[in-house]
Amino acid sequence: MSALVVGQLVAKHGLLTAVRGVSFSVKQGEVLSVVGANGAGKTTLFRTLSGVHSIDSGGIFLHDEDISQLPAHQRVRKGLAMVPEGRRLFVDMTVRENLQIAGEHGRSGSWVLDKVVAALPALEPILNKVSGGLSGGQRQAVAIGRALMCNPSVLLLDEVSLGLSPIAVEGLYQSLEQLKKSKETTMIIVEQDLNRAIRFSDHLLCLLEGKVALSGRSDELSHVDITKAYFGLEAEVLNA
Amino acid sequence: MLDSLIQGLLLGGYYAMLAAGLSLMFGVAKFINLAHGDLAILGAYLVLFGVDWLGLSPWLAVLLSLPVMALVGWLLQKFLFTRTQAAGFLLPLLVTFGLGAVLQNGLFGVFGSDTRSLANYIGDLSWDSWQITNELSVGKLPVMTFAMAIVVLSGLQLMLSFTRLGRSIRATASDPEAAELNGINSHAVHRAVAVIAMVLTGLAGSLLAMRAQVTPYDGPMQLIFAFEAVVIGGIGSLWGTLVGGIVLGISQSLGATLISSQWFQLTGHLVFLAVLSVRFYGTIVHQRGGWWILIKQLAGPMTRWSSQASIKAKATKTRIKNR
Amino acid sequence: MKQFVQVNSAAFTTERWYQVGRPALLMGALLLVVLATVPFWSSGLVVDKLTTLFVYILLAVMWNLLAGYAGLVSVGQQAFFGLGAYFALRLVEMGMSPYPAFFVGALGCAVIALFISVFALRFKDGEFAIAMWVTAEVIRILVMFDPIVQGETGTSLLVMNQYEPEFRRNSNFWFGLVAMAGMLGLVLWLINSRIGAAAQAIRDDEEAANSVGIRVMRVKQIIFVVAAFGCALAGAIWLASSVTFQPRTYFGVQWTVFMLFMVLVGGLRTFEGPIIGAIAFFLLQEFLGDYGVWYLSGLGVVAILFALYVPNGIWGELQQRRGLHLLPTGVRLKLMKKD
Repeated sequence: MSALVVGQLVAKHGLLTAVRGVSFSVKQGEVLSVVGANGAGKTTLFRTLSGVHSIDSGGIFLHDEDISQLPAHQRVRKGLAMVPEGRRLFVDMTVRENLQIAGEHGRSGSWVLDKVVAALPALEPILNKVSGGLSGGQRQAVAIGRALMCNPSVLLLDEVSLGLSPIAVEGLYQSLEQLKKSKETTMIIVEQDLNRAIRFSDHLLCLLEGKVALSGRSDELSHVDITKAYFGLEAEVLNA
Repeated sequence: MLDSLIQGLLLGGYYAMLAAGLSLMFGVAKFINLAHGDLAILGAYLVLFGVDWLGLSPWLAVLLSLPVMALVGWLLQKFLFTRTQAAGFLLPLLVTFGLGAVLQNGLFGVFGSDTRSLANYIGDLSWDSWQITNELSVGKLPVMTFAMAIVVLSGLQLMLSFTRLGRSIRATASDPEAAELNGINSHAVHRAVAVIAMVLTGLAGSLLAMRAQVTPYDGPMQLIFAFEAVVIGGIGSLWGTLVGGIVLGISQSLGATLISSQWFQLTGHLVFLAVLSVRFYGTIVHQRGGWWILIKQLAGPMTRWSSQASIKAKATKTRIKNR
Repeated sequence: MKQFVQVNSAAFTTERWYQVGRPALLMGALLLVVLATVPFWSSGLVVDKLTTLFVYILLAVMWNLLAGYAGLVSVGQQAFFGLGAYFALRLVEMGMSPYPAFFVGALGCAVIALFISVFALRFKDGEFAIAMWVTAEVIRILVMFDPIVQGETGTSLLVMNQYEPEFRRNSNFWFGLVAMAGMLGLVLWLINSRIGAAAQAIRDDEEAANSVGIRVMRVKQIIFVVAAFGCALAGAIWLASSVTFQPRTYFGVQWTVFMLFMVLVGGLRTFEGPIIGAIAFFLLQEFLGDYGVWYLSGLGVVAILFALYVPNGIWGELQQRRGLHLLPTGVRLKLMKKD
């Protein structure tokens, strides 16, 4: 069963059409990674899915329900959460309050504070600290924890490893790996590190100038194909 | 002198109450409501209407006016303010300024130009005072106003700190989009804030009507006082607003006593302008590396070499500190 | 491999604003000449009314220059309106004859505005709006300290009574006409100059404007001072025709309400809009002014409705729908026909 189905999605930035008719679907419990060069439309796609960017045309179906016209907060309550680019924590509030807010307003479910802290051990020592003063890795952990507190059935993760040290990225992906194994949460990730994206995901979607250039099972796509789609190049150029 | 200090302090309580709504709306929604003062006067007239025309007791009238003000806040936010907020800073200013004109002249049209006051209806309270020493006495009404301001602002602060609504208000103030992404309906939060702000403003208006005469055109002056209190105290903090109100009240009171009664408003304005400038030039000075460096820079070629060296040193220090 | 992008300069010509708008400019000049003859063939009432209209146009154009072209929403322009009248009063008191005093007084206001600008222009948006309002209040209180103003009571420009009513009315009219025409010309030139372009760049994105080398403070200062000068002239003309001076009236915030109304209704950010708005306001004032406060309240409602639903104003809408451009600004490209 598909957790999320997206059909012919179009989204604009003023006069520029950033997402031009993107379609895909993700099955329950699977991981889809969206790759593409800068400006390919990944972040706009995510923002449109989550509802903070207005949709121009097309459909977004969460468990067969059309959510494309709902405001962002209602999508969250239906089970679609996003870890936005740049984390966007409530910087004046403590980590506990950040998590609490999501718990109070998101969907209810098995993810409560204790379970989130158990899944992201980095949160334990900083619960009562003001989130503005944390390190990048800690902030990212809070952002993911906050999204989990919303009990998402589909979780969007935009550039979670951006700006983090290799060790922090490793720790983060270990936690995400656990989450993936539980098969409870469907994940869609944007990841700059192509190799990591391929290893972590079941399916891969490559965007080029707002369109799907390539999609398929991560273990079946060849590296050359992905690179071609990524840069929009012909095979001859690569071979030369 | 001590007397005018105390009067100013107590007056500050009223200003804090008046400014709290403005501060809240500005802090959460970055919305400057130029009709704020007129809405306070509307609150005052609602109470006067209840007392004068419906024959209610003043306290009951105040109590009944608050839900009306809440409704006004809800309606304004839902149908007017939200529409303006999406479109930059110009539209909110234009629209609320126009709203102020509507309210002033509308109140005049309905209630006429006579000055009105609740003072006649609240009996002894309007003039009674406690004698502290032979020369010093404090009015009961100002003390009550001050106490009420403290209670209301503390209550509000507790609500913001420890309740679900308070957390969602703070989250929306900090980042409305991130709030939405965590399931918070930011429009609903803005409406709640408008409701709270208008209840506070209505309460301030009723207090004004108890201690003074009001006319339909008093709103702009109340807006200016409220804004001065907010800016003096620093935007985005209720305690700051209280401090700002007290500073404003004391400067007005001191100006009136020490110089002349005409200086009542003027001193307040000057303190406000001074605070604005100091805050602004303070930032510039900070960017340049502190007052001392700036003075040295201005001191001329005699000290050029040494001062430039220290500018570099200081600049590095500041940069490190900022990290 | 190198590629050159070549602009095919043979395909178009550029047209400056004064070339495109030549017919409209000529019409405008003609209209001003006709207006100048009005006192010779029209009744005194008409002359008086037109003088009032000139004041409205001046105020509207000045406020549009500030808010529309430089993004400076001031709710304290009454400061300069009142100060212009007060300076005129003071200079006449010191022995200057009235009409030179109006002009010199307005120049004095421009100097004061220059000082105020150093401080006020540091603030942005709402802070600027209210800082200007407070400044206007401070100036009003200071003016009321002057013994000749007599506090709340106010005073009169008695020297005007020495002139024949007819002569006084016509002189006011011509002074108003010249002041209005002069300021319209100045504004037209200003918004088409580098300063106008820079001001609009600042309005749209101050940081970006700064980064491409626009001297943000200087540009804002010029606009601010010009607008203050215009409002001061308007205040002096108002004083000349009404003779009495009460601080509360001249420094009243209603002047800014009027300016806002005229500009919003006519069309923010257009040259012609405020003039249309001023005429609309003048007509409303004539026909509905008797309704008093309900009329004033209605003005507020109309201003809000225009701000929300017709943000471009009457003229802006006409421009968009009909492609009407009497006095275009800037440079336009005109494509040439291919052979």
